[in-house]
Amino acid sequence: MPKNNAKNPCSKKVRRRTFLKGAALGLASFALPPAHADATFWESFFQKHFREMNEDELKSVISRLEEEYREEYDVQFNIKATKPIDGVQYGYGLDLSRCIGCRRCVYACVEENNQSRDPQIHWISVLQFEKGHKWVNIFEEATKYYNPHEVPEEEFFYMPVQCQQCENPPCVKVCPTKATWKERDGITVVDYNWCIGCRYCMAACPYGARRFNWGKPRVSKEEYNADVHYLGNRPRYKGVVEKCTFCIQRTREEPGRYPACVEICPVGARKFGNLLDPHSEIRYCIENKRVFRLKEDLNTSPKFYYFFAT
Amino acid sequence: MVFNMQKTRSIKATGWKRMGFYFVLSAVLIMSANLFAADDIPDYFVPPPPFSEDIFPCSDCHADMEVNETRRELDAHEDIVLKHAEGQRWCLDCHNPNDRDKLRLVSGQLISFEESYSLCGQCHGTIFRDWKAGVHGKRTGYWNGKKQYRLCVHCHNPHSPRFKPLEPLPPPIRPDDLKFTQSQGTEIPKNPLNSIPTSEGKHAKE
Repeated sequence: MPKNNAKNPCSKKVRRRTFLKGAALGLASFALPPAHADATFWESFFQKHFREMNEDELKSVISRLEEEYREEYDVQFNIKATKPIDGVQYGYGLDLSRCIGCRRCVYACVEENNQSRDPQIHWISVLQFEKGHKWVNIFEEATKYYNPHEVPEEEFFYMPVQCQQCENPPCVKVCPTKATWKERDGITVVDYNWCIGCRYCMAACPYGARRFNWGKPRVSKEEYNADVHYLGNRPRYKGVVEKCTFCIQRTREEPGRYPACVEICPVGARKFGNLLDPHSEIRYCIENKRVFRLKEDLNTSPKFYYFFAT
Repeated sequence: MVFNMQKTRSIKATGWKRMGFYFVLSAVLIMSANLFAADDIPDYFVPPPPFSEDIFPCSDCHADMEVNETRRELDAHEDIVLKHAEGQRWCLDCHNPNDRDKLRLVSGQLISFEESYSLCGQCHGTIFRDWKAGVHGKRTGYWNGKKQYRLCVHCHNPHSPRFKPLEPLPPPIRPDDLKFTQSQGTEIPKNPLNSIPTSEGKHAKE
């Protein structure tokens, strides 16, 4: 075999590593659509991770997003990035003996959190179970499509399920881009600008609490809630995952409002408060009611407590 | 010197008098505060009782009427159907016979309609305890601030307390029924929340 096989035709040695680097850069330049090559596009392309941004960077990102939203939706959004309150771990209680399955919570959540109306996205699923059936961990035996003239129906009971805000969230573990994480106050959030839509988190969630934007989310202009949080109810993009945030835009205020689902519930089945405050409603529930959490055997340790009050 | 002593004594005497006055005043204040505090009801805002229109004050009609305690078909208040342990009680077990603008506890103590929870709490003690802790019943306001309680009668008709069934809002769309309506021309569906009657208190925010 002739030896000059190893030589390249230009008789200049290029190491494999250098060649690959150059090729990758060249290909990457083709991947960028030149039509969008303005300043804001580059800014969003090189946007830092939410937790690595300093105050100024966050401010400029937020004003850029507000500008983008104004152009796209013709709505002036006020994007907050309120930090967690010290000494607070949010906890949620739901009294199954009161819930009547009226779905007011589902649509109050849709209204507050700007969920897409078409294609339809609901963060809360109200499951209907037949009384006396083996049920608690087996969602397959339940239906969320029940539609009688009036609820509650005698032979059924209802269990609303939403994000359980796990202490040990499996969805966070699997995210390849760290676009979802648990905040200091226990709320698991998603950065829609970092989510690549791989839906690993949806596969990992044992509660089916995450939703995917299969299409471009659509909400009519007058139904937008303009009071939004960067990590919560700001408008989402096509191809990102979203979920319940315990109404982060409301509950992180001081004083913090109750989540929208708590506020709407006509039977007062939903309870919310600070797990670290011994006088909070949620602590009263845990100490005085027989509470349970969904799929405890998975060791996800949810901060969402179901109970049957008497 | 003597004069001086007399002077101090008179000052002392008025001092005692004044102290006595303040003592009595503070005692009265503390006692009345205890009276109004109605054991451990938190100092939270409760909206006024949901009276039917033009029905209060009851004394407008009842002041001149004779008290009739017998169980009978009523000539007035036809809308009231008693379905609340009706075998064991009648109107004047809860309504005060002599001053109809008040309710009456079993002890004979008169309470206003704003404090009707004390009346309900006589029998429903465990529920009353949960209500005071903010666990039974609807609560709005701030989780770490001012909260708004509701009276028992805001959700339960006292004469027929079982919670009335509601029409559920529409179920989610089944994946089978999904259509690709995602074109610019199609109208975006409205939130069905806005179709529920306002009497239900959709926005019980304030």
